[in-house]
Amino acid sequence: MDWLNEFQDTFYKCFVKDDRYTLMIDGIGVTIKVALLAAVLGILIGFLIALCNLSKKKGLNLIGKIYTDVIRGTPSVTQLMIVYFVVFASVHWEKWIIAAIAFSINSGAYVSEIIRAGIMSVDKGQTEAGRSLGLNAKQTMISIIVPQAMKNIFPALGNEFITLVKETAIVGYVGLVDIQKAGDFIKSATYKAFMPLIGTAVIYFILIKLLTLGLAKIESGLRKSDAR
Amino acid sequence: MIDVKHLKKSFNDLEVLADINETIDEGEVVVVIGPSGSGKSTFLRCLNLLETPDAGEVWVDNEQINVPGVDVNKVRQKMGMVFQHFNLFPHLTVMENITLAPVKLGKMTKEEAIKKGEELLATVGLSEKADAYPAQLSGGQKQRIAIARSLAMEPEIMLFDEPTSALDPEMVGDVLDVMKDLAKSGMTMVVVTHEMGFAREVGTRILFMDDGLVMESGTPDEIFGNPQNERTKLFLSKVLK
Repeated sequence: MDWLNEFQDTFYKCFVKDDRYTLMIDGIGVTIKVALLAAVLGILIGFLIALCNLSKKKGLNLIGKIYTDVIRGTPSVTQLMIVYFVVFASVHWEKWIIAAIAFSINSGAYVSEIIRAGIMSVDKGQTEAGRSLGLNAKQTMISIIVPQAMKNIFPALGNEFITLVKETAIVGYVGLVDIQKAGDFIKSATYKAFMPLIGTAVIYFILIKLLTLGLAKIESGLRKSDAR
Repeated sequence: MIDVKHLKKSFNDLEVLADINETIDEGEVVVVIGPSGSGKSTFLRCLNLLETPDAGEVWVDNEQINVPGVDVNKVRQKMGMVFQHFNLFPHLTVMENITLAPVKLGKMTKEEAIKKGEELLATVGLSEKADAYPAQLSGGQKQRIAIARSLAMEPEIMLFDEPTSALDPEMVGDVLDVMKDLAKSGMTMVVVTHEMGFAREVGTRILFMDDGLVMESGTPDEIFGNPQNERTKLFLSKVLK
C-alpha cells in the first residue's frame, strides 16, 4: 500500500506539519469575512443603482447605466487592484475591508440588475391599483411592489452571493491570505501541487454546498407563503 | 362633478381620444358603451390621470386636475377605481388589501379601517373571507373585494373599467348586484362595460363611444329604444341579439 502511505505522508506535510492547517482555517475566515461584507454592501449599492435605473430622471438613469456598463465591462481582478492600489492607496483601513468594498462595487452592478428585473416582473396593474387608491409612487413601491418583487429577487440574489464567494479567490492579488492564497502558500512551501490545490477546491466546494443548502432552505420558507 | 373639455389622447401615432367633452353630475351612473378600441377605457383612465391627457382639461369638483402643481394623489383618493383584472395585492390578505390605503394615507386608524373593512365585506357578501388571500378567491369574489377596497377610501366617485369582462359568466351577476346596490346608494359612477342589461337597468345615462368620440349620449330608453346615430344603431344591432 505504497500509494496510501504516500498520500498520508503528503497530507501530513501539507496540512499538519508546522501547523499548516491553521493557515487554511485563517484563509476560510478571510474568505467568509470578505464575502459577507461585500454581499451586504453590494446589496445596498445594488439597491441604489436599481433606483437610479428605474427612476424617471434622465441623469440618474445615465449614472446607473454607466455604472453597470463599466463594472460589467472590466475584469473584477482589475477592479480590485484599482480600488486597493489607487482609490484606497492612502487610506489605511484593514485590507479585508478594502477588498470587501471592491467586491461590493462589483457585485452591486449585478445586484442592481437583479433588483430591477424583480421589480419589473411585478404586474403593472399592481402599481395602477396602488396609485388609483391615492398612494404616491414611493408608498406604492414600498408597500406593494417590493414585497412581491422579493420572491423573484431572493433566489437570484442567492446565486449572486455564491458567485461572490468564488470571486473572492482573487484577493491574493492585494496581499490577503484567503483559502486560495493559503493553498498557494502551502504549495510553495511543500513543492506539492496536487494536495494543496485539491484541498483548496474541496474546501470551496463544501463552503458553497453549505451555502446553497442554507439558501434553498430560506427560499422554500418564502415559497410556503405562496401556497396559500 | 367631473368636467371634461376637449380631451385628446394618442398612443404614438394612434389617436384614441379625438375630442371628448362631457359633464358628469353628482349621483349620475354613466355607462360608457362602444366597440373595442373606441377609447372607452382610455377615457375612464384619463379621469383619474392613470393616463395623462395630451390636450384638454379634466375638472373634478371645480378643480382642474391635469395641470402641474395639483396633488394627483389627493384627487385619486376621492375617485375609486375598479379594474378588469381586479389587481388585488396577492401578498396581502383580503382585510389587508382593504385597510392598506386608508391606514397608510392617515385617513383612518388601523382599528377604524378594520371596522370599515368588516362593514364593506358584509356589504359585498364576503365577510368570511377577511383572512383569505386573493389566490384563494374566485374571480367574482376577487372583484367584489376590489370594489370593497376602493370603497374603503370613501370616494365620491367610482370608476369601473370593464369590471365583469374577465369573469366566468356565472360570476358576473354577483358583481353587478354589488354595483347596483352602490348605484342605489347614490354613488356617482362611471362604468365602462359590455353588459347591456346592466347599462339599461342601472345607468342614468349612456354614452356611446366610437373612434375616440362620444357619438351619442342619452337615457337608457333613448339610446336602447330609439338610437339616433347610425354607428349606435349598428353597434346595438350587433350586441343586442
